[in-house]
Amino acid sequence: MKQLSRYRRHKAAGPLLLICALLTIGTTFSVASATVKQSQTTFARSASIEEGKQIFLKGCSSCHGLNAEGGAIAPSLIGVGAASVDFQVGTGRMPMADMSTQAVRKAPVYNEDETAALASYVASLAPGPAIPEESALNYERDGNSAQGGELFRNNCAMCHNFAGQGGALTQGKYAPTLMGVEPKHIYEAMITGPQSMPVFSDKTITPAEKLALIKWIKAAEAEPNLGGATMGRIGPVTEGLLVWVLGIGLLIGIAVWLTTRAR
Amino acid sequence: MTSVEKRIGTAANFVDERLGAAGWVKKSLNKVFPDHWSFMLGEVCMYSFIILLLSGTFLTFWFDPSQRDVIYNGAYEPLKGLKMSAAYASTLDISFEVRGGLLMRQIHHWAANIFMAAIVAHLLRVFFTGAFRKPREFNWILGILLLTLGLVEGLFGYSLPDDLLSGTGLRITSAIIQAVPVVGTYITFFLFGGAFPGVGFIPRIFTLHILIIPGIFLAVITIHVMLVWYQKHTQFPGVGRTETNVVGHPILPVYMAKAGGFFFVVFGVTAFISAVASINPIWLYGPYTPGQISAGSQPDWYMGWLDGLVRMAPPLETHAFGHTISWNILIPAIIVPGIIFTSMALYPFIESWITGDKREHHLLDRPRNVPNRTALGVMSITFVLVALINGGNDILATNFDLSINQIMWFSRIGIFVLPPLAFIITKRLCLSLQRADRELLLHGTETGRLLRLPHGEFVEVHAPISPEKAFILQSHEQLVPLEIEDVDGRGVRRPGALKNKLQRRLSKAHAVSVPKVSEQELKEIEHH
Repeated sequence: MKQLSRYRRHKAAGPLLLICALLTIGTTFSVASATVKQSQTTFARSASIEEGKQIFLKGCSSCHGLNAEGGAIAPSLIGVGAASVDFQVGTGRMPMADMSTQAVRKAPVYNEDETAALASYVASLAPGPAIPEESALNYERDGNSAQGGELFRNNCAMCHNFAGQGGALTQGKYAPTLMGVEPKHIYEAMITGPQSMPVFSDKTITPAEKLALIKWIKAAEAEPNLGGATMGRIGPVTEGLLVWVLGIGLLIGIAVWLTTRAR
Repeated sequence: MTSVEKRIGTAANFVDERLGAAGWVKKSLNKVFPDHWSFMLGEVCMYSFIILLLSGTFLTFWFDPSQRDVIYNGAYEPLKGLKMSAAYASTLDISFEVRGGLLMRQIHHWAANIFMAAIVAHLLRVFFTGAFRKPREFNWILGILLLTLGLVEGLFGYSLPDDLLSGTGLRITSAIIQAVPVVGTYITFFLFGGAFPGVGFIPRIFTLHILIIPGIFLAVITIHVMLVWYQKHTQFPGVGRTETNVVGHPILPVYMAKAGGFFFVVFGVTAFISAVASINPIWLYGPYTPGQISAGSQPDWYMGWLDGLVRMAPPLETHAFGHTISWNILIPAIIVPGIIFTSMALYPFIESWITGDKREHHLLDRPRNVPNRTALGVMSITFVLVALINGGNDILATNFDLSINQIMWFSRIGIFVLPPLAFIITKRLCLSLQRADRELLLHGTETGRLLRLPHGEFVEVHAPISPEKAFILQSHEQLVPLEIEDVDGRGVRRPGALKNKLQRRLSKAHAVSVPKVSEQELKEIEHH
């Protein structure tokens, strides 16, 4: 203890103590607030419309109405199709955590079976876009990433950024990042047009072109950072920040050191 | 004399007999440079410029400045088979197929960013210390010219690879030129060789980027440095430093060694950043076609504030006599920068008119001792920062969960409110610092030692400050307002009453400062 107290007036003592305190508080907070992972129910249940309706009545009807007819704060789900439900519920956007500007992607609340049941219930209300078959999603075999890149820059980059990192829309809305999104969900987003996104029907972008797009997005996701740290792949803003903080910061530090008189 | 010395002597004599260089060299080598870290910011600029010349030359060996269409068949898979310009294809080749090409590209781009940042830092140092005052006004103007040239050169370099981002920059550039009333459209057609994007722009800006502008740069930098040489470097006040001497290290050996070493340090830092951090990954952007755009398209940071001004402009347009005047671009992109750069260049003359000070100055000001100028500087920085924040409004919005509209309104209001606020706060801070200096001179530093007097009172012991420090704290001149009479000695009104009034007002504002410690006060302190 005596050893330690000798350093208590040291120049670095204050900052060090502060860092320690911040670390302790941060760790405690993250441990305390970590949600207990929900155990996934694994019994195989056939997706039935009736089951879906029961889940819907419990979890969705307070906003979407008892017959999915919509209400003051939520749209009608009649005719949105199974693909819409699979996207919204499968990416955790629905049920919404709060009524902010936009539904946020988070860990899904319902498991796969429950999502499928919900989807078949909503699909039974009126015809709409269906969930794409697994066999129709073989983008590795059927896609062309160069064509996909061209399509991406023509149709997606203006909102989702050149590398699919996402971008800002008006009034606090945003186009989310496409990194780490399942191919099925990307496909469904294109055919259903969730939130601010337009619908890209099979006439605008053919199924083959959709696979090309997915292949390019997956290639961009997997691409190593060829030039070194990218600082988010979001363009010159972070580059400018780095120049001032690291570049000029280091050089001024060295200049100060060079002009310090020997003591 | 050893044989080596003899040989060097013979060689030196050979040169001297033909060029008469001995006197000049002797004088130059005995030249003295003062030592302060902030005096090395200009060196960072110069060294980055040399790095830019070297790395840029390397890039020209492989870059094909042409808008000719080619089908890409190179090493980068996700772009294979796409139609693109030869400029973009050759930039991809430099990045992926030329040995060390990507590193060189990144060195060139990072060096450009460091170059501009160092110019700004150097400019701020010169401004805040008053180094621009007589006789160095010309060099200040040359500096502003270098800054402006740097902006243009950087924009051209950013535009050359012809990727999606650089094309977007060019689209905005063409829009800004088109916003010039009457002649704008003609100038764009002339520059781009037709309607945007035209066919001639890449080869044209290439010539400007690698030949004309670097040539002007070299000439102006040479004059800039020669003027520093000829007029001698300024120095901070200190014991033994006067308006007529320079205290520091001679060129040989100390300064030369430090400066030479510092070049390699700058090169090293640039190469280090280029090796670990990616800049402008053009392969991700894809080739430019006018129908495409990426979210979060931004210029490099030194153009970001201009972009921010354009982004915050309300949509104002007038139509008259068959012409459209786009005030929303004309004002933020041409008129406001024009006013800023012109007043920046003229500032030395403006200040000397306000203060009436026509003397030469070789000793620098401590920023706190000229509160008005310092506040003006901080006010300008605040202006640029607010504009810069709005330039990155989309990036800020997505990364900090904000609304792009809120950021825009913040900057629309902030651009008028925050700079004056910064002015007032800085001026107050300067005056407080002056008061602290005065306190330090009169009462010394607090030692943290408490003394209990016999009757129980506690006092803190103050220690006098060192004579060197005391000298520095007293070295500045007391600012005094100009006395301008509206009537002359015979009671007749002098001409230019309005101008006199303005000058008197400004001078009074400029001269606000805490009274210096007088000789008498110092003597009284010594008696205590």
